[in-house]
Amino acid sequence: MKKIKKIKIKLNGKFSTINENLSLSIFLKELKIPLKKVAIELNQEIIDKNNLKTIKLKNNDKIEIVHFIGGG
Amino acid sequence: MVNDKLIIDKKKFNSRLIVGTGKYKSMAECAKAIKLSGAEIVTVAVRRVNISDKKKPLLMDYIDPKKITYLPNTAGCFNSEEALRTLRLAREIGGWKLVKLEVLGDKKNLFPDMIETLKSTEVLTREGFRVMVYCNDDPLMAKRLENVGACAIMPLAAPIGSGLGIQNTTNIKIIRSQTKLPLIIDAGLGQASDAAIAMELGCDGVLANTAIAKAKKPFQMALAFKNGVIAGRQSYLAGRIEKSIYGSASSPKTGII
Repeated sequence: MKKIKKIKIKLNGKFSTINENLSLSIFLKELKIPLKKVAIELNQEIIDKNNLKTIKLKNNDKIEIVHFIGGG
Repeated sequence: MVNDKLIIDKKKFNSRLIVGTGKYKSMAECAKAIKLSGAEIVTVAVRRVNISDKKKPLLMDYIDPKKITYLPNTAGCFNSEEALRTLRLAREIGGWKLVKLEVLGDKKNLFPDMIETLKSTEVLTREGFRVMVYCNDDPLMAKRLENVGACAIMPLAAPIGSGLGIQNTTNIKIIRSQTKLPLIIDAGLGQASDAAIAMELGCDGVLANTAIAKAKKPFQMALAFKNGVIAGRQSYLAGRIEKSIYGSASSPKTGII
């Protein structure tokens, strides 16, 4: 059986190891992120949520997922 | 009074009170205070999603953005780059174009960095944002913000969260006299009478967060602010009497027994 390669990414400031070739769409689905309530940045660039399926995560990618919280 | 609406970027609001959603003990408390305040616009912050604890309640579950206008704010940003990044992300969350820009310059007194604020206002306006701008109470800077496209001027009353009330009423009056843009007092109010004073100076609205959230009884204070803003606005529209150093009897002088 072919061994799946792992890559290291940084999610909201914390390192995480995931399978290579994972799409951003599946990655976010696994995390159960409510897409309508968040914005996503990949390597400091805002991602159009319609394009999540086409984006494959790469080693050292930096992902930021943000939402609205209480503030002044 | 029916037609006396607050108009920001062509949108009409019945309430002239904007409230912040920070510093409350819970989301439920925040939601109830907002309801009591009558506010139709609330400021919100953009922060990282808590990946490890997804059970944490979400603001949108308590305050419906379809019913209450969310005003994304850049609180906590100390330069133009951070502020622009934050608001571009905010727009991505739900298409919000109306935003509140706040670029701080000092961690202790939380005064705005007006150079960075001016720069950011210009960039954001060019990108299609409608920018309500937190600023100091300097009429010259307020004019410059207006010239680069701000859609509302939001001078501080006093340092954020200080509760000191309006420190420079003269400057607020000068800013009022020079602009037709919505003028909203932002930051530093401590009690409902501060809000009333702001409205009596001719401001179009006030923004309060700490004064309500940290009051001993936030619900009562939310109501007090609502009434303070209404009283101040009506008083302004009614037109106050001239001040005099002499007395003027209220009862007729004729027919005295």
